[in-house]
Amino acid sequence: MKIINETEDLLMTYDVQKFRADFPILSEKVNGKPLVYFDNGATTQKPKVVIDSIVDYYSRYNANIHRGVHHLSQLASKAYEDARATVQKHIGANSPNEIIFTRGTTESINLVAYSFLRNRLTPGDEILITEMEHHSNILPWQALCEEKGAVLRIIPINENGELEIESLQRLLSPKIKFLAFTHVSNTMGTINDAKTIIEFAHAANVPVLVDGAQAVPHMQVNVKDLNCEFYCFSAHKVYGPTGIGALYVREDLIDDMIPYQTGGGTIKTVSFAKTVYVDGPLKFEAGTPNIEGAIALAKALDYVNAIGIDAIEAHEHELLIYTTEKLNAIPGLKIIGSAKNKAGVISFSFDKIHPFDIGTILDQQGIAVRTGHHCTQPLMEHFGIPGTTRVSFGLYNTIEEVDLFITALQKALQMLS
Amino acid sequence: MTIVEAEAEIVEEFSIFDQWDDKYQYIIDMGKSLAPLEEKYKTADRLIKGCQSQVWLHSELIDNKIIYHAESDAIITKGLVALMVRVLSNHSPKEIVDAHLTFINKIGLAEHLSPTRANGLVAMVKQMKMDAFVMQNKAIK
Repeated sequence: MKIINETEDLLMTYDVQKFRADFPILSEKVNGKPLVYFDNGATTQKPKVVIDSIVDYYSRYNANIHRGVHHLSQLASKAYEDARATVQKHIGANSPNEIIFTRGTTESINLVAYSFLRNRLTPGDEILITEMEHHSNILPWQALCEEKGAVLRIIPINENGELEIESLQRLLSPKIKFLAFTHVSNTMGTINDAKTIIEFAHAANVPVLVDGAQAVPHMQVNVKDLNCEFYCFSAHKVYGPTGIGALYVREDLIDDMIPYQTGGGTIKTVSFAKTVYVDGPLKFEAGTPNIEGAIALAKALDYVNAIGIDAIEAHEHELLIYTTEKLNAIPGLKIIGSAKNKAGVISFSFDKIHPFDIGTILDQQGIAVRTGHHCTQPLMEHFGIPGTTRVSFGLYNTIEEVDLFITALQKALQMLS
Repeated sequence: MTIVEAEAEIVEEFSIFDQWDDKYQYIIDMGKSLAPLEEKYKTADRLIKGCQSQVWLHSELIDNKIIYHAESDAIITKGLVALMVRVLSNHSPKEIVDAHLTFINKIGLAEHLSPTRANGLVAMVKQMKMDAFVMQNKAIK
């Protein structure tokens, strides 16, 4: 009962209208109608504090970092490194040295494939991923397998869109050299039991990367508790800017990894005969990085923490339950992915109506959803469908918006049937 | 009827709609009434893949006129495809190659022809013209 009471408390004090006022874009109109933004799984909107932090950086302390002795460079360097510490604290890492700034989740995964796994892989080795992965967590491993003569193995899902844990245990042979899986499915919202999966992998001495792109915006993540080797996420899915993200690398591994790209900012000494790289994350941040992006990402995490990630999770869960109930009442509608544990993401399809048509008619009514395969074509193949319509919630969505969406969906069905 | 006249006719038809839903309903109904493409023509080389919906296009030359047959898996795309076929089909390759279509803009559906739109329609119009170009060159030879 205690947990239920705590959730109720969180919802009682959750002032969604106040938060909505923080996001300038939410007062925009689309096709003459108020915007209902249900495409948060693709990218979230940005609060004014995040937008302002970018303007502030360029207005007051723009300078290149880590090299200048002058005042502005000191300010910029400090803000950039403070941002690293903010990310570290947010995901519960031990040290800022475990946080590498990247362009986002996709680059983080590519970095681990190249810098960590490539030199550890020999022909006949195997890499394990799951059937519900985003293409970004398939292609880097597939390319590596092709290069090294290794084999990609797939953990299947059941009809509810949950991982088959028994298959994981069966697949974890001595040939498996790496496991990469998503914390939360971008298409179905399934929350994987990351801790258990990682425990199984570690029992077989397999290092693990967790794709947290869809988890960090919706729930508390603690990499120490998960005990994974690698964890990554993108800023733009958690109310920050595009083009920046973070990769957590457990500290004892980072110095054994080779740079993914080489260049300025990564070195101790350079001569034409030999270059010595710096230790820690800077070795992986060649060239002038996305300084304002890192600063704005930290602002976004501060914003989320000020509201409280548990409160956001409870709010989105309420939207999930309400919307699922409403959708289930629509004849012919099939929800794709009915895992017991879900984040605020719902995919659905109809036998005779194409998702593109639904998306187009919803858009005419100001409702932004995602349609298509969501960069998970193997998953679409599993369910035998060309794509789905997906709604995904953010901290600013409301029950009233869900009602608008349901009315708009009914209108679409009436037109298309 | 020339291509320009066919376009004008469609613009006229759409001019009576002042509500978005009437306009889309008309497109949807056109999609529904487009004759289905024979299964034997639904081959990989006739498939124009959009990110979201896909289109099959079959072109044939009869008495120096191109007859287009097309279909899509999405009904709105299919309706737009039906409009394209109605405008361009039954004209000579040269007329089709030279055509500068304006009716999509005029009926307020320009968004469906923007290059970023993932419905395969832009690629379809390109393919219709490409087929006409190839047939035109064959005729010259």
